Amino acid sequence: MIGNSNHLLGLDGLTRDDITRVLNAAAGMKEISARKIKKVPTLRGKTIVNLFFEPSTRTRTSFEIAAKRLSADAVNFSASASSTSKGETLVDTARNIEAMAPDVVIIRHKFSGSPYMLADRLDCSIVNAGDGSHQHPSQGLLDIFTARERKGDLTGLKVVIAGDITHSRVARSDIYGFTAMGANVHVTGPPTMIPVGIEAMGATVQPSFEAAIEGADIIIMLRIQLERKSGMLIPSLREYARFFGLNAERLAIANKDVLVMHPGPINRGIEISSEIADGPYSVILDQVENGVAVRMAILYLLSGGIDEMVD
Amino acid sequence: MRGRRRRQIMDHVEIDRAIKRIAFEILEKNKGHEDVILVGIPTPGPALAERICRHIENVEGVRVPTGSLDITFYRDDIDDHPKPMPKATDMPGDISGKTIVLVDDVLFTGRTIRAAMDALMDHGRPARVQLAALVDRGHRELPIRADFVGRNIPTRLHEKVKVLLTEHGAKVDEVAIEEGDLE
Repeated sequence: MIGNSNHLLGLDGLTRDDITRVLNAAAGMKEISARKIKKVPTLRGKTIVNLFFEPSTRTRTSFEIAAKRLSADAVNFSASASSTSKGETLVDTARNIEAMAPDVVIIRHKFSGSPYMLADRLDCSIVNAGDGSHQHPSQGLLDIFTARERKGDLTGLKVVIAGDITHSRVARSDIYGFTAMGANVHVTGPPTMIPVGIEAMGATVQPSFEAAIEGADIIIMLRIQLERKSGMLIPSLREYARFFGLNAERLAIANKDVLVMHPGPINRGIEISSEIADGPYSVILDQVENGVAVRMAILYLLSGGIDEMVD
Repeated sequence: MRGRRRRQIMDHVEIDRAIKRIAFEILEKNKGHEDVILVGIPTPGPALAERICRHIENVEGVRVPTGSLDITFYRDDIDDHPKPMPKATDMPGDISGKTIVLVDDVLFTGRTIRAAMDALMDHGRPARVQLAALVDRGHRELPIRADFVGRNIPTRLHEKVKVLLTEHGAKVDEVAIEEGDLE
């Protein structure tokens, strides 16, 4: 159980305690990846299906490694080589997978809300690995885990999310998650990329990038998602890079011990300069490393067991 | 907490005496402290391991290495019980070829020790593994016995044995038996 659900669909509705439990479990998992034998028998006999209808390297590999380090059997299913290309509906595909008795299905789909639809119709646990421009909760949790590892308590910290907020599922999970942890979340980007009403999720809108990063403790740069038509919202990539690209000059406005995050894959020279991406403030690769531990924690907490958790 | 009764079975003096004796027995059985590593099972195994370590230091003048071994990932009851939180594992370097003394507070079904042995093997190949328990309360479900026992205490199955240590917030060390809720 995460929160009071058998599924992880989004970070909305999770309390600070719920999130802290996942983070604490992940902290225990991290040690496993540092061992010579990177495997424990915890989820022996559990089957975990990666149902990816969109291309993904990082997230799918991360979930697969997480499952394998816990001794679960991980099966990958990618859309291009699947029955959906033969006209099967999502629900039919999912029912067929369910007939093979998986314990957890991890789904990525271009349509917002598709994991919710499956959660209503299937008996196994569903993990949302990114649905359209809605949420990407495991990414949100690993961002919070990485932030907590470096900063400790997140209460009162200034977290800035910059870029194409409209298309970003990471942004939505981060807004809910960091806000639940007590941080102040600010979003910034070209006006066309800031959805109307985003304040209702708990974020403060700041149209100027410089004003947003002034005094920031954590800056989360988002990728310009050309495959989601981000390009139509800005005049050109060069202009975007000029006004909303993170470089050394701009970073100097932030706090001295600022952390720079990026959910990847990064577009070097567009939203983030190479000197920042590879520089001392960047925790981008820590995020990837922590992603495995956080996903191990998610699978552990969702697989079998009864509701309550003990300390 | 209706219908719950508790009675003390060891006070702090008896606990200290038992730990001291275990320390001596470990030295006796292993003919000294050479290659001995004390590994506690949380919680409160690591605190007990540290106390044994201090007694050994008083006798031999040497601190043997101590560690902490979480068994959460090796449990066999993951589907039937509330999810336990993983705790810290902190092993003192390579354990291959060493004598590992597992330290637990209460030896009961033996399932924790089974899990601990599996966990230990993932960290290396110790020369031998021994078990020290402050209390052996019986009711074994697996063929496991302790090499060093603080005290054997006959119990009923529904009773709970609590080991309270000052390291974990108790005012004074104590071992007590609590009766479970009587239905």
